Amino acid sequence: MEETKYDFDVVRWFTIMAVVYLVVGTLVGVFIASELAWPALNMDIAEITFGRLRPLHTNAVIFAFGGCALFATSFYAVQRTGNTSLWSPKMAWFTFWGWNLIIVAAVITLPLGITQSKEYAELEWPIDLAIAVVWLSWGLNFIMTIAKRKTSHIYVANWFFMGMFVMITYLHVVNSLAIPVGLWKSYSIFSGVQDAMIQWWWGHNAVGFYLTAGFLGMMYYFVPKQANRPVFSYRLSVLHFWALMFGYVWLGAHHLQYTALPDWTGSLGAAVSLAMIIPSWGGAINGMMTLSGAWDKLRTDYILRFLIMSLAFYAMSTFEGPVMSSKTVNALSHYTDWTIGHVHSGALGWVGMVAAGSLYHLVEKLWNTRMYSAKLVNTHFWTATIGTVVYITAMWVSGIMQGLMWRDYDEFGTLTYTFAESVAAMHPYYAMRAIGGAIYWLGGVIMLYNVIMTVRQAAAQRSTAAARA
Amino acid sequence: MAEKIYSTKLQDTAERNVFVMFVMLLVLLSVGGLVEIVPLFYLDDTMENNKHPEIVWQSHGKPISVANFKVGDSITWKPGDGVRPYTALELAGRDIYQREGCYLCHSQMIRPFRDEKERYGHYSLAAESMYDHPFQWGSKRTGPDLARVGGKYSNEWHYQHLKAPRSVVPESVMPNYPWLFTQTVDGKELKKHMEGLRMVGVPYTDADIAAAAKVDGKREIDAVVAYLQVLGTMVNFKEGVDYRE
Repeated sequence: MEETKYDFDVVRWFTIMAVVYLVVGTLVGVFIASELAWPALNMDIAEITFGRLRPLHTNAVIFAFGGCALFATSFYAVQRTGNTSLWSPKMAWFTFWGWNLIIVAAVITLPLGITQSKEYAELEWPIDLAIAVVWLSWGLNFIMTIAKRKTSHIYVANWFFMGMFVMITYLHVVNSLAIPVGLWKSYSIFSGVQDAMIQWWWGHNAVGFYLTAGFLGMMYYFVPKQANRPVFSYRLSVLHFWALMFGYVWLGAHHLQYTALPDWTGSLGAAVSLAMIIPSWGGAINGMMTLSGAWDKLRTDYILRFLIMSLAFYAMSTFEGPVMSSKTVNALSHYTDWTIGHVHSGALGWVGMVAAGSLYHLVEKLWNTRMYSAKLVNTHFWTATIGTVVYITAMWVSGIMQGLMWRDYDEFGTLTYTFAESVAAMHPYYAMRAIGGAIYWLGGVIMLYNVIMTVRQAAAQRSTAAARA
Repeated sequence: MAEKIYSTKLQDTAERNVFVMFVMLLVLLSVGGLVEIVPLFYLDDTMENNKHPEIVWQSHGKPISVANFKVGDSITWKPGDGVRPYTALELAGRDIYQREGCYLCHSQMIRPFRDEKERYGHYSLAAESMYDHPFQWGSKRTGPDLARVGGKYSNEWHYQHLKAPRSVVPESVMPNYPWLFTQTVDGKELKKHMEGLRMVGVPYTDADIAAAAKVDGKREIDAVVAYLQVLGTMVNFKEGVDYRE
């Protein structure tokens, strides 16, 4: 059999940039978390105030880190599972440079206050157009690579990447429809209640498809690979995939319960949210049970630890989500830090860890070496786990406390607390959250160091090998 | 072996042919969005003004011209007359509100609960944000809701609060916004903004848009405060009327 030549150079670059953006994006997060605990950090400088940096944090972690991780893993998995090279390596480089230029544009425009003010879709229209073009370049290349594969069936990881591609295209295009009124200013063509529904249809599915479906694609390739076992159940994969694809789209409305959105829409969103626990847990079980008969590997394989811990967080936050979307709980949790905690148990615990595990696996394969230090992988694992737990615990307490303080009545039937009192009560938890985030960030720094040293070590090994030859 | 089907025939076809799977995804992924979004554009129950037309101001082609409003003047809008587009100055303030990311910590959406009614006022209506491109309902209350902040505090309080929040609310974690006192509004840009909004359906008259020139050179803080002071003041809520069932 002829040996396949893979296009791995672009994958290598996406891998390295993903780790760089992990460090940068979480650093911005730690800074804005600190601003909430110690507002003097805003320093009267417009460009670094919370309101301007928060979109930079979300865009950096979701689209810079998440995007590079997704492009690296999808371009890798699609070649390996199809036993073929990329359809167009040139286009893959276009995706790489385009995406990184977009990130540079975000870093410049967001602190300047250039924003569409729609959460996770803040970038202004010229950048939105660029995103659409670069995104399509990835999708086309990915699908055409599947089309030229040399294997008979399409592997499950690629289904998930493809689902993400289709849905994010829908979402980005519709939610970003706006009328430009200048090079750096536009207004959404939708208003009020319709705009709200479209925004949260986007908002929840940026999570559901970008951060869930895409990263499940990662999970379906890298967990079996790292564990060296086949996926636990093929049937469960099929069920997981189609149920997730169909169901997730409906959930956005649960962000708008009790608002001026008609009741039927919010309730429909909440009902489907509740049902989503089934495919979500199906997927989590499918991933975890892949290890059955090989659980002992967790003792020695630190990369596998990341992957399995990420599935534990995935299961936890996909349980928490439906609970929070039920009307009674939502009445308390909406508008509070609990939502922020929930997002981060998914983002730090699930997305961050499954990506870290996959990227470590990639680094070893792409540079054909072992990690420079397995011990540091383990240190990263523990900092990531502890940082996540500290973060989400702080937000549970502060969120539930906020909710209870706002609705508390004294014996005379008047509100017990002023709003300002609830703000003051948050201080210790905001400080604790910043510390949790800092621990997580430190793990990212360790990873970056370890990856750089691994690449250098591989280069040294190559030159020695060349010298011997 | 390669010909054996492990699942259903359809699933097997989709797994063998990427274009079949692609089309299946195109269809399946559009369903949820279509069902939840499209009806909001035509179902009468969505906008309360279909049942209660008085909550939206009927301009009949007359300008808003709040700036020149005098008591006894019957041809312009006054508070309680119903939802209307923002004046040039208010819109400039709203642009700044967006720019500074205020919506990330302040919601503008009061829910129909007893505590929210007492803290913030009457629950918000969909019609109240019908001219809001984009909506500013927010998703987080690090600070209080602002849907009805208009008229609650004096202009002087707002100036002091935006310059140094902790000088009036010691517990606040809001940044200071000193630059709003030195930067000014660009009337030419603002005119373009209003023309853009008219294109997406906000019923501005030519006179409304011409007013943008008069706003040129005003301090940003004046614009922001004008915006904050109009929030939630447009509709005159009647006792005992249920605007949403």
